Amino acid sequence: MPNAIFSIEAMLSIKGFAILFFGGLLIGFGTRYAGGCTSGHAISGLSNLQVPSLIAVIGFFIGGLLMAHLILPLLF
Amino acid sequence: MKLFKFLLTGFIFGIVLTKAEAVSWYRIYEMFMFQSFHMYGIITVAIVTGIIGIQLIKRKKIKDFSGNPIMIIKKEKGFTRYIVGGILFGLGWGLVGCCPGPIFILLGTGIYSIGIVLLGALIGTYIYGLLKDLLPH
Repeated sequence: MPNAIFSIEAMLSIKGFAILFFGGLLIGFGTRYAGGCTSGHAISGLSNLQVPSLIAVIGFFIGGLLMAHLILPLLF
Repeated sequence: MKLFKFLLTGFIFGIVLTKAEAVSWYRIYEMFMFQSFHMYGIITVAIVTGIIGIQLIKRKKIKDFSGNPIMIIKKEKGFTRYIVGGILFGLGWGLVGCCPGPIFILLGTGIYSIGIVLLGALIGTYIYGLLKDLLPH
C-alpha cells in the first residue's frame, strides 16, 4: 500500500484524511446506487450473464480510468 | 456449525484476496493504467469459474446450507443507476484502490487508516438511503 495515502501521517493530514474519506464516500454511495460492487456485479453478476451487471462494470471502468489517468495526477 | 461455515467462507475469501494481491492499491492502479495483466487475469478466471459454478447449481438444482434450492435473483432492469452508480464507485475504487470487501480485509492486515475509508463508505450508503427516492434508477 502506498504511504502517500495509507500511512498514519497521511491519514492525519487534511488532504490525506479527505482522500480516504471521500474515496470511502464514493465507494459506499456508488455501490448502493449501482446495486453491487466488484464482487456483486463484475464477478457474480457477469457469471450469471446479467446485462445490468455489464453496464455497471462499464461504469466502474469509466470511473476508474478517469481517476487513474486524469484525477490522481492532479492530486499527487 | 452453520456459523462456522460462514466464518470459513469469509476466512477463505480474505486469504485468497490477500494472497492474490487483489487488495493492493498498486494492483488496482496498474489495472487502470493497463500496465499489468494481473487483475484482468484474476477477474477473468473468477468469472469463468463463476459461470461454471452457476450453471452447475442451476442444472443440478444444488441446495444451500439450509436445504433450500439456491435461487439467484436476477438484477433489476435499468440503465441510469448502473452507469451513474458504477462511475461513482469506479472513482472511489481508483482513488483508494479497494472495493467494499477488501476494506475489511485491509483492516485485518493492519492498515488502520482504512478505517477512514470504512467510515466514509458507511456515510455514503447512509446518504444513498436518504436520497434513494429522489434519484433516477
